[in-house]
Amino acid sequence: MRHSRLHHLSIWVTALAVVALATPGADAQSKGTIKIATQSPLSGGQASLGEGIKLGAQLAVEKGKASLEKMGYKVELVPYDDQAKPDVGVANAKNIIADKDIMAVIGHLNSGVAIPSSEVYKEVNVVMISPANTNPVVTDRGYPNVNRVCGRDDVQGVVGSEFANAQKVKSVYIIHDKTQYGQSIAEFFKADSEKKGVKVLGFEGTEEKSNFDPIITPIKAKNPDLIYFGGIYDQAAPFFKQAREKGIKAKFMGPDGMDSSDLTKIAGKAVVGMNYTSAAGPASALPKAKTFVEEFKKKFGKNPEPYAAESYDAAMIALKAIEEVAKSGKMSREDVSAAVRKEKLSGITGEIAFDGKGDRQKAQYFVLQVASDDPQKWGDNKIVKQLTIAAPEKK
Amino acid sequence: MDFELLIGIFPQVLLDGLILGFMYALIALGYTMVYGVLEFINFAHSEIFIVGAFVGVEILLGLKAAGLLETLPWILVLLLILVAGMAVSGGLAVLVERVAYRPLRRAPRLIPLISAIGVSFFLQDLIRLVESIWRNAFNLVYPSMETLNRRFELTSTIDVSVKSLVVITAALIMLWALHVLVNRTKIGTAIRAVAEDQAAASLMGINVNRIISLTFLIGGAMGGAAGVLFGVQYSLINPYTGFIPGLKAFTAAVLGGIGNIPGAMMGGLVLGLLEAFAASYLSLLTGGAFGAEYKDIFAFSILILILIFRPKGLLGEIVRERA
Repeated sequence: MRHSRLHHLSIWVTALAVVALATPGADAQSKGTIKIATQSPLSGGQASLGEGIKLGAQLAVEKGKASLEKMGYKVELVPYDDQAKPDVGVANAKNIIADKDIMAVIGHLNSGVAIPSSEVYKEVNVVMISPANTNPVVTDRGYPNVNRVCGRDDVQGVVGSEFANAQKVKSVYIIHDKTQYGQSIAEFFKADSEKKGVKVLGFEGTEEKSNFDPIITPIKAKNPDLIYFGGIYDQAAPFFKQAREKGIKAKFMGPDGMDSSDLTKIAGKAVVGMNYTSAAGPASALPKAKTFVEEFKKKFGKNPEPYAAESYDAAMIALKAIEEVAKSGKMSREDVSAAVRKEKLSGITGEIAFDGKGDRQKAQYFVLQVASDDPQKWGDNKIVKQLTIAAPEKK
Repeated sequence: MDFELLIGIFPQVLLDGLILGFMYALIALGYTMVYGVLEFINFAHSEIFIVGAFVGVEILLGLKAAGLLETLPWILVLLLILVAGMAVSGGLAVLVERVAYRPLRRAPRLIPLISAIGVSFFLQDLIRLVESIWRNAFNLVYPSMETLNRRFELTSTIDVSVKSLVVITAALIMLWALHVLVNRTKIGTAIRAVAEDQAAASLMGINVNRIISLTFLIGGAMGGAAGVLFGVQYSLINPYTGFIPGLKAFTAAVLGGIGNIPGAMMGGLVLGLLEAFAASYLSLLTGGAFGAEYKDIFAFSILILILIFRPKGLLGEIVRERA
């Protein structure tokens, strides 16, 4: 965890102080303040990814705010901590819609949090651009204010099972974390595996975080070629570690929830060589993201975690759309939402344009391989397969 | 239904269940001993437990940084972290009693209960704060020790690791020592006397406050040892890890008959075994209709059934008769 609660408090106090200073009348020239909110877990087990989302957006706001400031607006980033919990995300969302200066939300990390929170954003039509939510439901509801710059799980699950099939995997055992994200991607993986004639030896959901012994024992007895974990690294890592310690020799695989250096920090050697799919390429492998990675490192003293680049692009789109609306003279959340949907950006993660329901028109999917048990070398993970696939039409 | 598979994994599930059960038993002792003397539930005990795990991981990481983890004999390292974890957790439990419970001793019973819940939250976030300042980390991982991870593969489905044997042995030794302490020593007699009747005990010249502190010390130390063993066995801990095992150990204490020491041990074992068998067998037996995620529902349904027929717990009534 990179932020103590005290630190959050200090952010809040500063944010409040800034709000107090920026109240109308303080500056006669000012047209007001425009805020861009981020919502991601800044505390708890998934904080390293959530922090990356916040910092990516922060970098974008700092780089992209100049032209809005020239027009007389103050531009700020307000980070919210959703703790990866749906109830906290919704509570934050209610605060966000109450703050009339917030014109766009960049978030969330977890689909299970994004879906209920976006129901709140929709009430006032404030735009949400997601850097990381891959669950199909996020955009399939067809809300005009909900967009994402990453891919979808129904595609990602299939990319995973195709890759496993190409590796001559004959039998799989599937574990998921019972969240909207983990369970649904596990189901997509399972459905496509069955279609390809791969034997599914088990499909098990668990909220367990530490003791996986009783789940591992039947897996060991059934001896699958591959274990697929639909979930997030903070739960998958101890599972993989304990499974190897108990002598399981199966290959491991997972979706983009595995994509954090904490996976190797926790599981160490157990996960070296395992494959995971992603709907967000590693920043180090994106040709246009080179300067982003350098600036990020210089400013924050660490490598960008996955989704930081997506978050950067999402914030850039938001800024661009806000700028266009600002030029028309009247700032409204609805106009910003509509402008985002029409926006086109040549971003650091590639060309971004949204389709009618808010999916990225051409999203990229990757299969990566863990290169080393040293968490510092997470960025060295190699892309073993890269695909560009159009978002499926709404069924 | 693959009958051979069901039989084949049985010994492994039994072993997994025993490990979990001994861990619950060690934690449950803290609840049951405090209840025995003060008749209130110390809900901060789950944090006392996890503090032990954090002490263990800090020492191991310190030794690793100093390059001593590989050179020192593993049994020495293990003893060191066990003793340190017990000392810190025991000390913390005494401190919590002194600060948060003793001033409320004469208050209605619900008041110290609320105080205990407050202490629990406070300790969770204190650990989080300290660890984030000190290591900038939320999840901490026990560094693996080679000897402890060595496994003996008995059949293709059953294997026993050194650490699981260590956990069971350590738990057995501690439970036996506690049994001797409570039943065969003067201190134990004093603890039992205070549990039975504080006023009468103090008339007999027993320093009640000191005995209560001692009870917290012993209960806390057992919890701390369980924390270290938990870390060694399952490796990943975070400031909130203690909550669920704590809750289950409390259930185990109730199952055994709260206030009853052998009851807590037995309750822990029963709950651990139920949980392990449910998690491993439910999906096999129901063809995947009920998976491992139903283990708690299954285990707790059985608990409810037991408590319907034996409301005082498995061993609850025996104590009544003696008293």
